[in-house]
Amino acid sequence: MAHAYTPGLKVTSRMSNRVIRMLPIKGDVMVQIGDTVTADQIVAATYMPGDVYPLNMANTLAVPPKDVASLMLLHEGDSVEEGKPLAQSAGLFGKFKKIYNSPYSGTVETISEVTGQVILRGPDIPVEVRGYMSGTVVEVTPEIGCVIESDVAFVQGIFGIGGETCGTIAFAVDTCDCTLTASEINSDMNGCIVIGGARITHDAIEAARDAGAVAIIGGGMDDQDLKEFLGYDLGVAITGSENKGITVIVTEGFGDIAMASRTFDLLKKHEGHEASVNGATQIRAGVMRPEIIIPLDAGTAEAEPDHTGGYLEIGKALRVIRDPYFGMLGTVKSLPSEPQVLGSGSKARVLEVELHSGESVIVPRANVELIEA
Amino acid sequence: MTIDLDNINVILATDCGSTTTKAILIEKVDGEYRQTYRGEAPTTVEKPFANVTIGVTNAVTEIGELAGRVFTNEDGTIKKPVVGEDGCDLYISTSSAGGGLQMMVAGVIAEMTAASAKRAALGAGAIVMDVISTNDKRRPHEQIQRIRELRPDMILISGGTDGGTTEKVVQLAELIAPAKPQPRFGSEYKMPIIYAGNKDAADEVAASLQEDWIDLAIVENLRPKLEQENLGPARDKIHEVFLEHVMAHAPGYDMLMDWTDAPIMPTPGAVGDILQTIAKKDGINVVGVDIGGATTDVFSVFNETFNRTVSANLGMSYSISNVCAEATMPNVLRWVHFDMDERELRNHVKNKMIRPTTIPQSLESLIFEQAVAREALRLAYKQHKEFATTLKGVQQQRTVGDTFNQEVAGNTIVDNMKLNLLVASGGVLSHAPSMHQTAMMLVDAFEPEGCTNLAKDSIFMMPHLGVLSVVHPKAAAQVFERDCLVYLGTCIAAKGLGKEGRPCFSWSISGDINASGTCNFGDLERIEMSPGQTATIMCEPARGFDLGAGNGKKVTHEIRGGTVGLIIDGRGRPLKLPENRQKCQQTISRWVENMELYPEETNVAVAT
Repeated sequence: MAHAYTPGLKVTSRMSNRVIRMLPIKGDVMVQIGDTVTADQIVAATYMPGDVYPLNMANTLAVPPKDVASLMLLHEGDSVEEGKPLAQSAGLFGKFKKIYNSPYSGTVETISEVTGQVILRGPDIPVEVRGYMSGTVVEVTPEIGCVIESDVAFVQGIFGIGGETCGTIAFAVDTCDCTLTASEINSDMNGCIVIGGARITHDAIEAARDAGAVAIIGGGMDDQDLKEFLGYDLGVAITGSENKGITVIVTEGFGDIAMASRTFDLLKKHEGHEASVNGATQIRAGVMRPEIIIPLDAGTAEAEPDHTGGYLEIGKALRVIRDPYFGMLGTVKSLPSEPQVLGSGSKARVLEVELHSGESVIVPRANVELIEA
Repeated sequence: MTIDLDNINVILATDCGSTTTKAILIEKVDGEYRQTYRGEAPTTVEKPFANVTIGVTNAVTEIGELAGRVFTNEDGTIKKPVVGEDGCDLYISTSSAGGGLQMMVAGVIAEMTAASAKRAALGAGAIVMDVISTNDKRRPHEQIQRIRELRPDMILISGGTDGGTTEKVVQLAELIAPAKPQPRFGSEYKMPIIYAGNKDAADEVAASLQEDWIDLAIVENLRPKLEQENLGPARDKIHEVFLEHVMAHAPGYDMLMDWTDAPIMPTPGAVGDILQTIAKKDGINVVGVDIGGATTDVFSVFNETFNRTVSANLGMSYSISNVCAEATMPNVLRWVHFDMDERELRNHVKNKMIRPTTIPQSLESLIFEQAVAREALRLAYKQHKEFATTLKGVQQQRTVGDTFNQEVAGNTIVDNMKLNLLVASGGVLSHAPSMHQTAMMLVDAFEPEGCTNLAKDSIFMMPHLGVLSVVHPKAAAQVFERDCLVYLGTCIAAKGLGKEGRPCFSWSISGDINASGTCNFGDLERIEMSPGQTATIMCEPARGFDLGAGNGKKVTHEIRGGTVGLIIDGRGRPLKLPENRQKCQQTISRWVENMELYPEETNVAVAT
C-alpha cells in the first residue's frame, strides 16, 4: 500500500447538504418538492399504534379462558374509557354479578379463548417530524418523508449527547483555547447554541441549560464532568436519546483540549446565525458523529473542498489523537515504509511528525488524524 | 452440489467481519492441508460501497498478489476450479458484518425454556438482544414496550415441555403479535419467527401469529422434557433463516451466497463448531475466548456440552469505557504496577472509545490496556460460568445418602480444574507484543486450575476452519492442529489459599526437560520449555491445596511446551490481590519481573 488513508472529521465552510426526514411508519407528508422549509417546521406526521395493555381477564373473572368472551361487555374493536365497564362476572345463580372497569383507555384489540387474555390498545400516539435544517424540499416519498437540501457550513464533532435542536450561534469565549466555565454564561444565551473554546466544564453546561441555551459546544470535556452531568458513567458511545434539556458537542475529544482554530473561526464567522445541531453519536457499524449545520444563503461564499481526511503526505497538517502526544499538532515530516517497534513493544507502521514546538516524534499512523493547514 | 473431497487441493476461505474481511488460503502440501497465505481488506457492507463482495475480492486479490497467483476473475468473482496455478477448488465464508445476527428469544420460565432458547440462539452465533419470559419481573405491557423497541432480525419462541403448558406459551405469542417489532431491514422485511416450544401449542401459537408481517416456522421443541434439551433443530432453522432472510437483505450477500460452496455461517457459530470438533476429536474440555472491540465471546465445551456467551458491552475499544465502569477503575488499576492519574486515565479511556482504531504507543498505555483486558475477560468468563449450567427445573430424587450433599440443579458446568485447553483470540490477546503477556492475561483472567494448556489462534482462522469443518472435516482438523493454534505452554496452578511464603506444592519434571522445585504460596515462575517439548510433571500439594487429585493429594500430568513455556502458579485460587495499593503494586511488580512480561529497559516508574 503506497499511501495510508487517515480519517478526519468534516469541517467545511460551504457544501451542499441533504437531510432525510422520514416517519417511522407510514403517514402524511406535509410538504412538496420545491417548498422552502424552516428547521422547526413540521414536514411529516403520523400516528403510531398506541401502547398495548394485556389484561388477564380469565383470572380477574375467575372463569376458564373460553368463557371470557361471553362475559365481556365490549367486543373486539370497541373503545373503552379508563374506569368504564369492561366485563361482568357470571355471579352466583345469575345474581351478585360484579362489573370490572377498564384500568386503561383504549380499544379492545383481541379476546383470546386460549389464554383468557384481553389485549387493550391505548390511544394512537402522534409522531411529528420537523425539518431540522432550513432549506428546500428536493425529494418527497409519499407517506414516508422528504429530503431537504441546503448550502451549509458544516462541522462534525467527535462526540455529543442529546438530540436534534436549532438556535442562534452565540460565543462565550474569545479564543479557541479558553476553558468555558459557568461565569461566561449569561441570560442573553436563551435559545442559543453556546460556543466555547477548549474544555467545557460541568458547571458551564448546567449554567447554559439554566439560561435556556439549546446546545453547548467546546473543544473537549472531562469524563468526570460528563459523568456528573449524565448522572451515570457512559459505557458505550451510542448517544442522542438523552433527555437532559441541552445538547452537548465536543469537537476534539476528552480532556483539556483546544477547539481546532479552523472550526472555531468558522463558527465565529457565523456568530448570530441560525444553526441546527445534533449530538447523536454512534461509533460502530454505521458511524454517526455529532454535527453543526449552518444554512447559508445561496452564493454567499466560495465553494471549497471539505476536510474529512485523506492520504498521509509529507507536509500535511495533523493532530495526534493518542497519548503520549495526545492533542498535539504538527506536520508529516517523513513516512518510513517499514514497520517500527514502538515504546510499547508492538510493531506498527509509523510516521515522523514535526510538532509545532519544533520537536520531531515518531507516532503510529493509526494515532493521527489529518486536519486543515 | 456434490464436492469430491479427494480432489480438493486449494481452498479459499473468508470471514467478513464488521470492519475487516479476512481471507486465508489452504493448500495441500505433501499430502497434508496447510494454511499458506492470508490477506485482508476493509469490509464493504456500508455506503459508499454497500456490497460485501468488493471487500471479499480485495482480500482474495491480496492473497493472490502474495502467492503470485490469480484467484479472481475479471468481474471480481472467485475463479473456480483450479486451472494451472490459478483459482481454487473450494470457496467458503463466514460473516458477522453489519452487526451479525441479532435475535430476541422468549420462553415461559426464564431459568428453563427461556434459558434453553437463549442457548440455542447463542449457539447458532446470534447476539441475543433480550429474553422475554413470564417471570422476568416485567409487567406484560412493559414486555410489549420492550419488544416494540427492539429491532431483531428474527425471534425464537419456546416454552412448555411437550404435553405441558399451552396457555403460557400462547400468552407469549399474544404479546409478540400486537407489539409488531420493526425489523432492521425496513418495513418490507417479513419478520421470521421460529417456534420451538410445546408441540401441543403449535397450532394455537400459529393462530396467534397469523399476521402478514410474520413468517412463522415451526420446529421440534427445544426442551421436550425438563431433563432434556434438543437444540439442534432450532439451531439449524436459525441458520437457514439467517441465510434466507437476514443475509439476503444484507448488501451484496445474494452474490456472495452464489460464490460459496457451502452455506455462509455466522462467525461465532463457526468458531463454536471448530471448538466442538476439536474437543470431541481429542476428548478434552476446551474454553475459547474472542475479545473484540465491542464484544467478548466465550465458548466452552465441557464433557461434550457446548455453550457460548456474548458479553455485548465488554470490549477493548467501542466498549472499553463500559469495561472500566463495570469492573470499576480500582479493579482495573490493581493489575498496573505503577501509579497512574485516574482523571487522565478516564479521559484516555473515553478517547479510545471515540477513536477506536488507535493503538498504544507507550508502554504505560499498553500495560493499562492489558489491565482493562484482564477485567473484560474476567467479567465475560464470570457471565459465561453463570450461563453454562446444568439444566434447571429437573426433578431430583434424593436418598438419605444425599442429605449432606447440597448440590442442586443449575450449577455451572464450567470447571477450571477439568479444563484442558484455553484458546485465546482477538486483537489485545493476538497482537500483544509478547506471548508472555498473552499467557498472563489468560491466566489472570480465567484462573485455570490444575494443568491447563494455553494457546492462541495464530491469525484468527477459527471461523474459517469452523465452516470448513462442515464441508471438509479432515482439512479443518489438519490446519487447526498445524497452523491455527500457537501453543503458549502449560499452566500448573493450585486451588486453595494459604499464607504467603509457605509451601504450596512441590514439583518435579522428567522428559524432554528435567527440573524440580518447591512453589510457595504467592509465587509465580516460568520454566523454559520449547514448543514441541513434552514432559511429565509430578506435583505434591501441601495440605489445603488441590492440583486435580484432591486436597493435598499427589498428581501427575503430561505437559507440553510452547513459546512461553511452563508457568508454575502458586498464587492460589481464587486469585486474590492485596487490597493495599502499594503492596499490590509490589506484588504485581514481582510477577511481572518473574514472567518477563515487559522489556527491562522500561522508562515506566515502577513502584518499589
